[in-house]
Amino acid sequence: MTVKLGVPSKGRLMDKTFEWFGERGITLGRSGSEREYAGRVDGIDGVELVMLSAAEIPRDLAAGRIHLGVTGTDLIREKLANWDMRVEPLAELGFGHADLIIAVPGCWVDVDTLDDLDAAAAAFRQAHGFRLRIATKYHRLVRDFLRDHGVADYQLVDSQGATEGTVKNETAEAIADITSTGETLRANHLKIMADGLILKSQATLYRSRAAELSDSDRSVLAELVQRLGVD
Amino acid sequence: MPTWQGRSSAFRSEVRACASRLRAGFEASGAVPVECPILLPAATLLDLYGEDIRGRAYVTSDALRGEQMMRPDFTVPVVQMHMDGGAEPARYTYSGEVFRRQEEDEVRANEYLQVGVEIFDGADPAAADAEVFVLVREATAGVPLRAATGDIGILMAAVDGLDTSEARKAALKRHIWRPRRFKSLLDRFSGRSAVAPTRAALLAAADPFAEVGAEIGLRSRGEVEARIEALRADAATPAISDREVALIEAILSVRETLPYALTRLRDIAVDLPSISAAVTRVAARSEALAARGVDIATLDFEAAFGRSHMEYYDGFVFGFYAEARPDLPPVASGGRYDTLTRMLGRGAGRPDGIPAVGGVVRPGLLVELEGAA
Repeated sequence: MTVKLGVPSKGRLMDKTFEWFGERGITLGRSGSEREYAGRVDGIDGVELVMLSAAEIPRDLAAGRIHLGVTGTDLIREKLANWDMRVEPLAELGFGHADLIIAVPGCWVDVDTLDDLDAAAAAFRQAHGFRLRIATKYHRLVRDFLRDHGVADYQLVDSQGATEGTVKNETAEAIADITSTGETLRANHLKIMADGLILKSQATLYRSRAAELSDSDRSVLAELVQRLGVD
Repeated sequence: MPTWQGRSSAFRSEVRACASRLRAGFEASGAVPVECPILLPAATLLDLYGEDIRGRAYVTSDALRGEQMMRPDFTVPVVQMHMDGGAEPARYTYSGEVFRRQEEDEVRANEYLQVGVEIFDGADPAAADAEVFVLVREATAGVPLRAATGDIGILMAAVDGLDTSEARKAALKRHIWRPRRFKSLLDRFSGRSAVAPTRAALLAAADPFAEVGAEIGLRSRGEVEARIEALRADAATPAISDREVALIEAILSVRETLPYALTRLRDIAVDLPSISAAVTRVAARSEALAARGVDIATLDFEAAFGRSHMEYYDGFVFGFYAEARPDLPPVASGGRYDTLTRMLGRGAGRPDGIPAVGGVVRPGLLVELEGAA
């Protein structure tokens, strides 16, 4: 058996993850060609690198198919019910910062708080005959947040990309999405609501509470955790 | 061997048998058995309950019929079936699975049997309320349960009677079932919470649109202006008085046995006459319950009962709880839902709806409790 470490398989998130482990004496890298999703680990024995889509890492952690995984807080919270019973956050990695926020058109000068959004949604439904649409891919997080804050008369519409454009295209009236600098929002004439911060997310190293460990795995994991300085 | 919700097939058969018994009992009282589809058009349920229903019901779809929901309860399909040509008065009973998405608690069932009875009869609402309550009580008589009752209509009537603008009353009534939002609105309307600085700046601005860039989206400039007008009107509306806020709080704190609760409510009605008719309805129901043999002297009444979890009820509400098992959801529950029938009636040419009251029992919980006794 080996301790399986799942990391994002491409892009900046992968590069920064490799860098973070490298700074702690564990060298991660792809084996073979650039296109092959297999990895290698130098600097510690008994650890296997599994290259995965960041969006799949929560599910694999929850199922115990990997022992450790690097992914965003937002994905863990969105995809796992009772996330804290399924995974344990070991370390925040200090990159991949993003806030999940609710944004509305800048021209809605009357809407600044969730209280406003709720009232505007009621009036919108009266005027248009359907509920105010909020485009997002974070259905569970957004719905829970809006329910907890007593916002009614809205509906979520699914948007898996280019969410900021949905308002201009009139397929949604508002959006809930992740943003790091807010620049894309401003470029699309959207503003963040004053109390519309749903979650602050960053790349985080998680341990699965479900993955089985042999005795040797356990000592490898202990060594890894100690080497990474996250115990 | 495959299990059903972690239970043996023997347990499952027992639950089925119990469900048949319950339905036969409701039939014996004159209710007509009806069957309802499991897959319901999602649009109707979404329109009624809003986005929250997606968190509670399973949604699926096909390319032909679009989004479908696995029935989360029988009320909506039974009302729709009745409106499709049922004669009044009518009494229906049904038995079948309902499906509830569970995202927090793995122990809670996501599929279980429900047996229910619904009465569509406007002749004597108090008698119909009492009849449903007693039918459900008799159906669950095999296990010791505590009954809780309430009446959402009291709070609604109290809001109607506030000395404030219609807009504020509408806002409060819209959030009757969301206690937190209701309280924050009441705090704001009564001047107990400060006006947000951005709100004050907006209302003070000579031209609120001075710094607005591109105007995008379906919500028009006219709609934004209309809301600013509404906010201005609201800012000019005098605060709801401390006296009236105290009366609302007094209503929400009524939690007594029914006769004492009635005394409390009558006292409050002296200062808030708008609830008088609703209190009279509670009194009439109390008599109807007593006439059917319910010991009202020991029956609990809470004015706030059902507020946070029984959204479509707008009058009488009740629940039966296993006191020894606080981990279990209510074994039975029900109430009056006249408003829901008006909402469903709009599309069916029945905008006035039908006076309706109903209750459901969970035979699975009954069998579980009987087994433990």
